[in-house]
Amino acid sequence: MTRQEHKIRDGNAVEVRGLVKHFGDTKAVDGVDLDVPEGTVLGVLGPNGAGKTTLVRCLSTLLVPDAGTAFVAGYDVVRQPRQLRRTIGLTGQYASVDEKLSGWENLYMIGRLLDLSRKEARSRADAMLERFSLTDAAKRAAATYSGGMRRRLDLAASMIGRPAVLYLDEPTTGLDPRTRNEVWDEVKRMVGEGSTVLLTTQYMEEAEQLAHDLTVIDRGKIIAEGRVNELKAKVGGRTLQIRPSDPGELNRMVGAIAQAGLDGVGGATADVEEGLVNVPIVSDEQLTAVIGLLGERNFAIAGIDTHLPSLDEVFLAITGQKTSTPEDSTNDKALEEVAA
Amino acid sequence: MSAATVTASPKNLPDEGRIGLRANLRHIGALVRRNAMQIKQDPESMFDALLMPIVFSLLFTYVFGGAVSGGDRSQYVNYFIPGMMAMGGLNIAMSVGTGVNDDFRKGVMDRFRTMPIARSSVLIAKLIVETGRMLVSTLILLIMGFIMGFELKTGPAELAFAVVLALAFGSSLTWIFMLLGLSLKTPQAVQGIGFLVIMPLQFGSSIFAPTATMPDWLQSFTDYNPLSQLADAARSLTSGQGPVAHPVTVALVWAVAITAITAPLAVRKFRTKT
Repeated sequence: MTRQEHKIRDGNAVEVRGLVKHFGDTKAVDGVDLDVPEGTVLGVLGPNGAGKTTLVRCLSTLLVPDAGTAFVAGYDVVRQPRQLRRTIGLTGQYASVDEKLSGWENLYMIGRLLDLSRKEARSRADAMLERFSLTDAAKRAAATYSGGMRRRLDLAASMIGRPAVLYLDEPTTGLDPRTRNEVWDEVKRMVGEGSTVLLTTQYMEEAEQLAHDLTVIDRGKIIAEGRVNELKAKVGGRTLQIRPSDPGELNRMVGAIAQAGLDGVGGATADVEEGLVNVPIVSDEQLTAVIGLLGERNFAIAGIDTHLPSLDEVFLAITGQKTSTPEDSTNDKALEEVAA
Repeated sequence: MSAATVTASPKNLPDEGRIGLRANLRHIGALVRRNAMQIKQDPESMFDALLMPIVFSLLFTYVFGGAVSGGDRSQYVNYFIPGMMAMGGLNIAMSVGTGVNDDFRKGVMDRFRTMPIARSSVLIAKLIVETGRMLVSTLILLIMGFIMGFELKTGPAELAFAVVLALAFGSSLTWIFMLLGLSLKTPQAVQGIGFLVIMPLQFGSSIFAPTATMPDWLQSFTDYNPLSQLADAARSLTSGQGPVAHPVTVALVWAVAITAITAPLAVRKFRTKT
């Protein structure tokens, strides 16, 4: 393959400067700058309609930007689209496999379109099915696959050509939590093998799981960027939720945590309705300290959980306002499902 | 600013990504295989190609045939079967339009368009498979025809030429419908517009009945209708009667002209569709 030849400037596999894409009056992408260092994952976090998909479509040659420059693996998206297509893999929000073909036929076809010999395409299709745990379903039409299987086939299809840069456009939107974890595991593995990934997502939790750096966009503009941990600290880290076995102990538990004055642990509050004590924390050490304290004091605990800030909370913390597209109710529902 | 970025780009050879002829043929081959496998997985999609010639042959020969030809049904078979050869491509071409439209509603076209292949190859592969379907449909029509008493008064070479002519015209129609399929929003819209175009063209022609009894204003339409020319060409080629060169030339010119105009537009639309 020619991948080794792709010189990457300044170690950046993706470099975007002032990218603009308007549809009529809608400024879908409105002056975006991005750097994705080679071998890292950049999470692009934003609500529906923030411009995430438009951005990915510009970077994968499906749309021509109105202004700005973008280089992927050293190739200009506008001037060198054909070379660029050799270096990228795209997994869209909607699984882009041919539903009428079997899983194997899908992968074999893509291998052939990527100029592999028949033999190579065959063995690569077999290997990818094996790797994505689809061997048993290899001969079935993709239309009969479950949502998670289809998404895995889609990932396999994107990986056939060993792309230097992989775009994952909301890879787990609409998936149930178990399937979502399967997809995350695959993405982590690919990153472990050195892929550079641009991931768009609506979920803070997904960004935290997969991304090194995070860019938050809204209405086509970047509103925050930095390391995932920095942004998390900015929005207040996590909430530790403790359920005492006896709901009558809620207040005593809150009092005990307040009294102990643990380093950096914010004020605990009692949620009487849910029977929960909420404790804001920013590190694993604090979590351990709180649980240790409750153990020492012989509290009976029925359950503990940690809860990441939702996209809404992230936006609230960064911009002081709610996300801009609350009218999409299915989107809200999906968010709730993941938060649950 | 843009000049600076261009010089900073380590690769600036626009031709490096060009797809060679052999690679192009290989891509088309892989995509033809895709379309053929789709038919294998979903054999019902062949029903229109298989059933239409059977149903139309029976319907027109036994229901209308006697009346149209003044009682001589066997003479009508000889008139109607070559006419049907002209029409077969029309219905299949329309189904291509809805198929292309449907493809785009799924993500698979995005995948193709982000791959290092010539973007025309997706459409050309479709065209090849659909022309194959037209050929199957035409062969079934001919078998039905021979069962019902169709007489070939020339030779197999003339018949083969008539088939090739019909396929050439049919494939040019396929480009029109691919363009429609790429331009309209839903498969239903493609079908709706398709019928609006198809109905007057196929019935306002010499396919089903001789034009002699039609009023003058209609005759001037039917005479320019390429389907009439194609039907007349197929008729002359199989019966050995009537002029051959004129209708063949007109049908070919139509086929070439339609392809020359709509094929580049369809490929362009495919490239820029958002």
